[in-house]
Amino acid sequence: MNVGLHHYLFVSFMLFSLGLLGVIMRRNLLVIYMSLELMLNAANLALVSFSRFNNKLDGQVLVFFIITVAAAEVAVGLALIVALYRKRQSAHVEDLTSMKL
Amino acid sequence: MEQINNLLSASNVTDVLFYVFAALTLLCAVLVVANPFSRNPVTSAMFLVLTIISMSGLFLLLHAFFLAAVQILVYAGAVMVLFLFVIMLLDLKEEQRRRIKFFGLAAGLVSVGIVVSIFLKALATVKPNAAEPTLEGETYALGKLLFTQYTLPFEIVSVLLLVAMVGVILLSKKKLE
Repeated sequence: MNVGLHHYLFVSFMLFSLGLLGVIMRRNLLVIYMSLELMLNAANLALVSFSRFNNKLDGQVLVFFIITVAAAEVAVGLALIVALYRKRQSAHVEDLTSMKL
Repeated sequence: MEQINNLLSASNVTDVLFYVFAALTLLCAVLVVANPFSRNPVTSAMFLVLTIISMSGLFLLLHAFFLAAVQILVYAGAVMVLFLFVIMLLDLKEEQRRRIKFFGLAAGLVSVGIVVSIFLKALATVKPNAAEPTLEGETYALGKLLFTQYTLPFEIVSVLLLVAMVGVILLSKKKLE
C-alpha cells in the first residue's frame, strides 16, 4: 500500500496525543515544556503533509513561521521557569500552588 | 539534488523509509514522555532531540528540504541546547515518584481518549488522493513566496523576536523593579 496523507496524519495525531499525555501526566515543569514542543512539532508535520498533498507551498511558509515563534516562546518560557526556580527552589508543579483556592 | 529526487521517486524505498522514520519518531516521543528506566529530564531532552531529527527525515520524505534543514538547525541545535542549558543550570534531581492522584490521572486519560477519538473521526473523512503529488519544497520557491506574498508576516516575526529578546533580558535580571 502506498504511503499517503493518511499515514502522515496518523503519525502527527499520535505525536500530538503523546504530547498531551505528557503535559497532563508529568509533574516536572521542564518535561511538560518538552511535551508542549512535541505537540507543536505534531502540528508542523500535519501542515507539511497537507502542503505536500494539496500542492500548495503556503503550508510550509506557515511551518517556517511556527518554528520561529516556537523558538521565541522557548526562550521566554525558559526564562520564566528560571525566575520561578530562583524564587521557589523547585520545578515541580505540585509545589507551585499559591494560586490554588 | 538530482540523486535525492531520483531516490525519493522510487516509491517502495520511500515507503520503507517512511515506516522507519515514523516508528523512530513515535518510539522516541514515547520515551520523552514516559521513560520506564529513567525520570531524569536530561534523558527526556536527549530523546526529544532524536524525535526531532527523525521528524526532519519525515520532512525530507515530504520533499520539504528547506524545512528539514531548519528543523535540525533551530530545534535540535538552538532550542535543545537552551533546554539542556537550563536543566544543567537548575541542577534538577531525579523526579521523585510521588503518589499520583487518582482523580487527576482519570481526568487526564479521559481527555486524551476524547482527543484521540476526535482525531480518528477526522482521519476517517480524509480521502486518498488520486494523483501523485508534485510539490517541491525547495529553498528557492519557499524564499520567493516568503519575500513576496508573506513579507508583512516576515517583518512582524522579526519584531516578535526582538520583543522576545527584550523580554528574556528583563526576566533574567536579578531584581525586578
